Amino acid sequence: MTNDPNKTGHNPVPEVGTKPSAKPAPKRFAMSFVAPVGAFIALAIVGQLLEASTNQYVQLVLLFMCANIIFATSLNLVNGFTGQFSIGHAGFMALGAYTSAYLSTAVVQNPSFFDFIWFAIAGGLVAAAAGYVVGLPSLRLRGDYLAIVTLGFGEIIRVILLNTPAIGGARGLFGIPRPKEVVLGDFVFTNFYMNYLLAIFWVILTLVVLWRMVHSVHGRKFLSVREDEIAAQSMGINTTQVKVRVFVISSFFAGIAGAVFAHAAQGLTPATFGFTKSVDAIIMVVLGGMGSLTGSVMAAAVVTLLPEFVLRPLTDITGIDLRMVLYSLALILFMILRPSGILGTRELPDLWRKNGK
Amino acid sequence: MSDFTNELVQHIINGVSLGSIYALIALGYTMVYGILQLINFAHSEVYMVGAFTAFYTARYMGLADKPGFLTLITLIVAAMVVCSIIGVSIERFAYRPLRRAPKLNILITAIGVSLLLQYSGQIIFGADPKVFPNVLDDQTLATLGTAELRLFDVTILGVAVFFMAVLTYMINYTKTGKAMRAVSTNWTVASLMGINVNRIISMTFIIGSSLAGVAAVLIGMKYPKIDPLMGMIIGMKAFVAAVVGGIGSLGGAVLGGLLIGFAEEMVKGYISSTYADAFTFAMLILVLIFRPAGLLGKPSQEKV
Repeated sequence: MTNDPNKTGHNPVPEVGTKPSAKPAPKRFAMSFVAPVGAFIALAIVGQLLEASTNQYVQLVLLFMCANIIFATSLNLVNGFTGQFSIGHAGFMALGAYTSAYLSTAVVQNPSFFDFIWFAIAGGLVAAAAGYVVGLPSLRLRGDYLAIVTLGFGEIIRVILLNTPAIGGARGLFGIPRPKEVVLGDFVFTNFYMNYLLAIFWVILTLVVLWRMVHSVHGRKFLSVREDEIAAQSMGINTTQVKVRVFVISSFFAGIAGAVFAHAAQGLTPATFGFTKSVDAIIMVVLGGMGSLTGSVMAAAVVTLLPEFVLRPLTDITGIDLRMVLYSLALILFMILRPSGILGTRELPDLWRKNGK
Repeated sequence: MSDFTNELVQHIINGVSLGSIYALIALGYTMVYGILQLINFAHSEVYMVGAFTAFYTARYMGLADKPGFLTLITLIVAAMVVCSIIGVSIERFAYRPLRRAPKLNILITAIGVSLLLQYSGQIIFGADPKVFPNVLDDQTLATLGTAELRLFDVTILGVAVFFMAVLTYMINYTKTGKAMRAVSTNWTVASLMGINVNRIISMTFIIGSSLAGVAAVLIGMKYPKIDPLMGMIIGMKAFVAAVVGGIGSLGGAVLGGLLIGFAEEMVKGYISSTYADAFTFAMLILVLIFRPAGLLGKPSQEKV
């Protein structure tokens, strides 16, 4: 435990002043195009193996994990990279989830695989619009106001969902379709697999967009707002604009996460998107490290898989639901003992680079 | 009197009694914020613990079937004591180690503590709602047309006003109160003047938490259903009340509490009971847009 403020929080980011990307062009091309496509193909193959080797329950958890990865990384943009504090992220996820679910059930009959992509985009846009409305008044102010407003916003969304009969009200919205199975000759891609492809498509797209963004000039602006808002302002950065942009982008991806979640779960109730869901996202961001995208990915995986495969059996043995108790205890201890999370502000590739950078 | 005025008078009575409970809880939020600039998310769980303390005290002291003012006072004292202990321990073990850490970390810890208490509460007390004992025999004191002034409402208002008066006296006329005001203005300078800052912060938690305990007993008396998650919604509303009134300002918390309680009853009575909660938050957002420092708060200018 250290009392030095420089050590407990975000480490000062030395690269703020350096040129955004000093890498040679071919390598940059490799990072920005080949790596994501390669990852997609690799994950698609892994998906086939998982499909063959696991049961439906495990598959469902995997899809939830994909949704959580998008959810956590998008929140990290606000809480980690820009240093604001949103605690109503589930509200945006709910908007995306319900929009996508509504479009796929009531508007479009028998949606095709590609329809699901624009459903998710529509969900993201609705969430982004809400993010703009919420962000604009609250981000002009400093301090904890965003926390309060987002908390209230999450609650308002839940109440509205609860009282709108067109989307099921308190009963919830069920029968949300998944992408249909595709038969190519004697090779069958089941609807889990198609859904999985959709989910990893969004995960990779989100990560690429966010990664490129935080390593661009704009990303430097986010960091400068986090490190010292007044200093950023005096360097000519329109901090309100930066914060609102970050918030809107983050809301957009939260909406996408919601869409992925909706088609994986195939049923939504307003209770799913309560305060606990927002807290889940915060836990993932804090655990992985505020300001580390790869950290959030790892934490999202841990936070999704651990309760299902470790704590649930534990609950079955002890007969007491200790999940949330352990969660919250972990959160407190992490904050006191290792406030920077697993990775801090570093990214996974930094770990095997020499000189620690 | 016409039906309309009857109804209105009834809503006003209910609004004031609900509002004074919100005000008691809001005071806890605002005091901690005034001194630590921290939204104490765990405050609503302290309140929940208070309700359960009163429940078990009544049960084990055999007071459950002896309604009366003595019972009420006993339960209030018990809830205050236990709440203070919980509040101080939270400060000591969760917030104090992080005193110099970035604000975000403390805020997250506060949420963590809140969740820990909620879910431990579910394990210890059971997740199902419990019926709060009958603390006082309710009776109608006066009628105005069909509107009734009931003993519960008068008691709630009386107890709340009593504790607010005690608090005002403490803050304004005692040495501890003076020290608290000094710490909230600038705690580094206060510590140079020989004020034991840690002691004052603990004191703040004791006072705030015991007020939450009082509120818990009053709420339990009026709405006798308690469960481990009861703190969440009411805590949020009390917090909204603190912000609307101007966080950090004691008068603001009382004003905000009354305003929120009043508005809630009006919305329930005339618009829709389902949207009452959403309305509270909409009001919060409006206040933040037009008067970000709250109704009675002083706008702060950050100096470089």
